[in-house]
Amino acid sequence: MIRSSRRVLAAAGALVALPAMAGDPDLQALRAEISQLKAAYEQRIAALEARLQSAEPARPAPLPVAEPASAGRPAGSFNPEVSLILQGQYKNMKESRAPGITGFASAAGHDHGDGSEGVSKRGFSVDHTELVLAANIDPYWRGQAIIAALDGEAEVEEAWFQSLAIGHGIGLKGGRLRSGIGYLNEQHAHVQDFADAPLMYQALFGEHGSYTQDGVQLKWLAPTPIFVEFGAELGRGAEFPGTDRNKNGAGSGAVFVHLGDDVGIEHSWRAGVSYLRTRADEREAHFADINGGEAVGAFDGRSSTWLADFVWKWAPDGNPRERNLKLQAEYFQRRENGSLRCFDEEGLGNACDPLAAGASVTSDYKTRQSGWYAQGVYQFTPNWRAGLRYEQLDSGSRQFGANAANLVVDSYRPKKATAMADYSWSEFSRLRLQYARDQSQQGLTDHQWTLQYVMSLGAHGAHKF
Amino acid sequence: MKKLLVFCLLAATTLLAHAELRIFATTPEWGALAREIGGSRVSVYTATHALQDPHRIEARPSLLAQARRADLLLAVGGELEAGWLPLLQRDSGNAAIQSGRPGYFEAAAQVRLLDVPAVLDRAHGDIHAAGNPHLHLDPRNVLKVGEALAARLGQLDAAHAADYQGAFRDFAGRWQAAMARWEKQAAPLRGVPVLVHHQSFVYLSAWLGMREVGMLEPRPGIEPSSGHLTALLARQQAQPAKMVLHAAYNRDTPSQWIAGKTGLPVVLLPYTVGGTPAAGDLFALFDDTLQRLLQALR
Repeated sequence: MIRSSRRVLAAAGALVALPAMAGDPDLQALRAEISQLKAAYEQRIAALEARLQSAEPARPAPLPVAEPASAGRPAGSFNPEVSLILQGQYKNMKESRAPGITGFASAAGHDHGDGSEGVSKRGFSVDHTELVLAANIDPYWRGQAIIAALDGEAEVEEAWFQSLAIGHGIGLKGGRLRSGIGYLNEQHAHVQDFADAPLMYQALFGEHGSYTQDGVQLKWLAPTPIFVEFGAELGRGAEFPGTDRNKNGAGSGAVFVHLGDDVGIEHSWRAGVSYLRTRADEREAHFADINGGEAVGAFDGRSSTWLADFVWKWAPDGNPRERNLKLQAEYFQRRENGSLRCFDEEGLGNACDPLAAGASVTSDYKTRQSGWYAQGVYQFTPNWRAGLRYEQLDSGSRQFGANAANLVVDSYRPKKATAMADYSWSEFSRLRLQYARDQSQQGLTDHQWTLQYVMSLGAHGAHKF
Repeated sequence: MKKLLVFCLLAATTLLAHAELRIFATTPEWGALAREIGGSRVSVYTATHALQDPHRIEARPSLLAQARRADLLLAVGGELEAGWLPLLQRDSGNAAIQSGRPGYFEAAAQVRLLDVPAVLDRAHGDIHAAGNPHLHLDPRNVLKVGEALAARLGQLDAAHAADYQGAFRDFAGRWQAAMARWEKQAAPLRGVPVLVHHQSFVYLSAWLGMREVGMLEPRPGIEPSSGHLTALLARQQAQPAKMVLHAAYNRDTPSQWIAGKTGLPVVLLPYTVGGTPAAGDLFALFDDTLQRLLQALR
């Protein structure tokens, strides 16, 4: 500081001393004034320096002084915080005969695409490349956007604002956000412990394996020594199991409660119960008709889902860096109630439209389905982790009314067992090998091998429990 | 009627809870300092303990519940808690402890940090842009943070501002006396070359004049590899170190490996309050640290 002000004064002096202007009497006066000023400042600076020296006790070893860059620097030094997630894989699996899980309505609808988006692609593939931008907007709000780039398209995965200053334990979020239901739902693929989402999430929400709301979320954290959180959401409800219905008001609603605490210094847990309710309008899905032909069933009605989740973590001495164990399990039950309109799309005729005349059969539709998964992941050194997951779904009761005579109603219990091991060079890079014995489609046992990498660069992310 | 009763009960508990200032300290050393200065006027919750690596803490539900009720969040800063604290702040629904509010206090903002990186590139490991955040092991920094903390407590609890000042002056007096003692004790450590597990002792070394000649982690935050340890061994010929230092929360296998090859003493330092049975408070932390270093020198 002292040195720099001296330099400024010297520069000012030099400027005034420019010979071309020296003749001007005004300038000469100015020059004199400035040199007086300079002398006065130098005197004062010298006095100050002397005072400083006398005030400071002599130190044996002067601290190696860094430039005063740290003072007042905020926690995140980039604004906005930018990070990029690179994720890709090699996958070896059988070609599935039809997309989806036997006995469950496919979220992909009756899309005639190859049914192999993202994680279910065979061979080499690059998943979503996620660009995350986040920052405090002002003292009252924070914003975050996650843009997933795919070939030829960019998808807004999340884009929301979050309150910072309401207080009283209240948190308000608005925009496109991952719903707070369940445990895995809020977690992006790159922080999950397996290369693919559990069957349960694929059955519930489709290939993406998560439910996203365009809407608002209100949370309240109770002022209690143990963690008690309540949340409610209202949204558009365009995502599976609902459909976009072009209406005013909310298309879906969700509520959830989370509880959690520590047990001693080594154990911690969280448990939750959530409920999601939405409606579908003309939600189309593929069916096989009783003659082995193809039929499309369009569902109109209400879909409600209960989820229960539980996570238990253990780390020796409470220090997860070296070793830790994470156990988690989730269970769901979904009921759908409404009507099913069965028709033929191929123009070849089927049980609902024998003459291929564009006829259809509408019947009651009532299902009750459930499923669960349980998994454990153990980090046995700072670099290595290994995990097991077992999952099972139950196609449950499916009442199709009059259409029961036209359509094949599968009754099946899809199963899958998965084992993985991954290696992390640092917090930011991970390579994972995964084997799965997949019996999600009736009559097909698929041995799937996946080699996946997950790399994150840029701002240091903070991950939820 | 029942609702009204519940409401009154809630209101009463909130009022009671505000009788004292609730402090959420992220690490034991600053929790201990808050107790020294706040005394009985504050209740201190310490989020981590000495056996936990403060870089890698999970945003556990129990921590969220505590952050929700805190009046003051006492953080180390300097990005040390970047992986978990921002989440606690945001998800706590507590407006008071957001960055920039009087209820958010960062120790790193009170002192001049060492090792400010010239280049921000993760090829150099998990470096902190603001500088090395393990600042409490230079007792002069403790004094600076204490002074600022006393002022902050006075700002949050104006009625007792003078008490906090008084408590700080008392602490500072005892601390300065202890510092003089420590500096005298530690004279033999001046110039002693040491190996360290992580850059946790930069401030201690700067204060005592020890020379850090090597680090077991190849880069900050990256696990020690056998290749890197072998290179350190080779360097031991040309640049011999006298001891290997690691914090209580570090795995001691890499240090022991070096010790086995070279016969160097491995020194476990408490690093923070509670890191060893003897390091029960801030004074004992330094007493024990010096004692362990001097013992290894003998």
